[in-house]
Amino acid sequence: MRTLRVARFSVRYRPRGLAVCAGALLVAAVVAVFALGRGDYPIAPGEVVRVLLGGGGPAEDFVVNQLRLPRVVTALLVGAALALAGALFQTLVRNPLGSPDILGFTQGAATGALLVVVAGGSSAALAGGAVAGGLATGVLIYALAWRGGVQGARLVLVGIGTAAILTGVNGYLLTRTQLMDAARAVLWLTGSLDGRGWEQARPLLVALAVLVPLVLIGCGPALRALELGDDAASGLGVRPERLRMVLLGAAVLLASLAAAAAGPVNFLALTAPQLARRTTRSPGPNLAASMCTGAALLVTADFAAQHLLGERQLPVGVVTGVLGGGYLVWLLATQRRAGRL
Amino acid sequence: MNGPDPAASVEKQPPPVKNQPPSVPSSRTEPPMAQPEPRLAGRDLTLAYDKRTIAEGLTVDVPDHSFTVVVGPNACGKSTLLRALSRTLKPVAGQVLLDGRSIATLPAKQVARTLGLLPQSSIAPDGITVAELVSRGRYPHQGVLRQWSAEDERVVAEAMADTGVAELADRPVDELSGGQRQRVWIAMALAQQTPLLLLDEPTTYLDIAHQIEVLDLCARLHQEQGRTLVAVLHDLNQAARYATHLVALRDGKLVAAGPPGEVVTAELVEEVFRLPCRVIPDPETGTPLVVPAANRRAPATT
Repeated sequence: MRTLRVARFSVRYRPRGLAVCAGALLVAAVVAVFALGRGDYPIAPGEVVRVLLGGGGPAEDFVVNQLRLPRVVTALLVGAALALAGALFQTLVRNPLGSPDILGFTQGAATGALLVVVAGGSSAALAGGAVAGGLATGVLIYALAWRGGVQGARLVLVGIGTAAILTGVNGYLLTRTQLMDAARAVLWLTGSLDGRGWEQARPLLVALAVLVPLVLIGCGPALRALELGDDAASGLGVRPERLRMVLLGAAVLLASLAAAAAGPVNFLALTAPQLARRTTRSPGPNLAASMCTGAALLVTADFAAQHLLGERQLPVGVVTGVLGGGYLVWLLATQRRAGRL
Repeated sequence: MNGPDPAASVEKQPPPVKNQPPSVPSSRTEPPMAQPEPRLAGRDLTLAYDKRTIAEGLTVDVPDHSFTVVVGPNACGKSTLLRALSRTLKPVAGQVLLDGRSIATLPAKQVARTLGLLPQSSIAPDGITVAELVSRGRYPHQGVLRQWSAEDERVVAEAMADTGVAELADRPVDELSGGQRQRVWIAMALAQQTPLLLLDEPTTYLDIAHQIEVLDLCARLHQEQGRTLVAVLHDLNQAARYATHLVALRDGKLVAAGPPGEVVTAELVEEVFRLPCRVIPDPETGTPLVVPAANRRAPATT
């Protein structure tokens, strides 16, 4: 812990936490530059940077800024949003498995999106359906888990049950779609950043611009107090139930918007906060470090999904699913060995 | 262990503190009338979890600068009362007054600067160090632009020194013994710098030596720093030894309140705990000592 004091003002930070954030952002930036340069019209990394800064010819400008940049930016934003949502859920339910794709919010977003597909709606309507579905599921799970307040274990169990039901509903909805629509729906369901434009990135950017300061600066210290238990937090002057509701709301909104932009990207929300915790080696929610890690992870996973198998592109959800699933198994195995699970 | 030396650890019954209201008559259910309003009081409280009512019409005063101990049998509403006084539990009816105003209407952070709480169970986040945990007690004094002032640093160091955990500052809390951990949590509550401090069963799960250690610490905080303490304790003899003001509850009702010397009688113990007993002077402190009646005269022999 270091402190910076100027007159009456003081800011506290962890050098290691800052280093992790800086490192993750550096990785994200480097991968982004390579991702912007690779493709049918290859551009050297130095040239990419020059184009990003406003130089280069009109052809390069079009390829980098119009064709490839929206996808990369969407990947960064979706990664950050999912990781922040995951870090919030994991802290609030006190469980490393607390993540939107396990608690049913992602499945709810998928249900909303599939309903739109069945009804024959446009891509924009599909995104709207995903947001609405995620939020509705959030309200439902919160209401079902409510018993004079919401406790972590109850929320997890209700969430897992809801996720199972919604997975069934989604399977049924898929059988009701036309063949063409079904292909589109399946691609969306695995999570893909293919063909993402500014219209997908914009809502997420606005949400992050509003929610990140609210959550990190507005609620961060109170969340650290809440980590000590509801009674201790309330003794410190936090209203536990109100804080939990605000933060769950923010997390559900972030997860839903991320799903609307890129589909349900598997496991990222679960993995990024855990990785951040292990790299910062610090207790606490590690919200900023999780966000930076999430952004770096998803942009890297998307780069791998595009170029790992040569010409064949994978949906990014497949890559994060394989990586995240492997990580989850490793986590469970080591925790069992440590006698904690 | 760095316990105090045995001779000093035997606290004499603290003399009545100057600012304490003159000896409360051993009032039976009736609250004393002719006294200045205490800073913290519960008025006509009805307390319930879900639909289960724990107490009804409960009125309790916490005399200023007292070490008030709440005693009573299991499930009599001791901890529930403490939760209500600390605003952790919202009363169904009645109100808790802090400095004459209903505690429910005061801003949460303002309450937390006046009234600290050591809950029965708290969670130390994985891997957190002692100094970090104690510094979280500064939350009600902090803001976005005032995250860690020189004052915060001084108060946290002081709180750790007062509780004897300063040398553990960089150790992870989960590596400590039960007694050390409890002192760390008390240090966190102290770092809150509140004139009033509520402790919910601070000695539970501790062995007898650590119980006395924690109670001596509480007595010191009360005597040397003039804080008003309210603790829930299970052990009647410890309560009688350390309290300056005793509150006895049964079935959510106030049975007696006053100085232990006046309150703890064989009749009262029988009434509150349904336990036949004798009350003799504590050979160490002269405070009442409850000796349960024996059903069996001779110790078992096998």
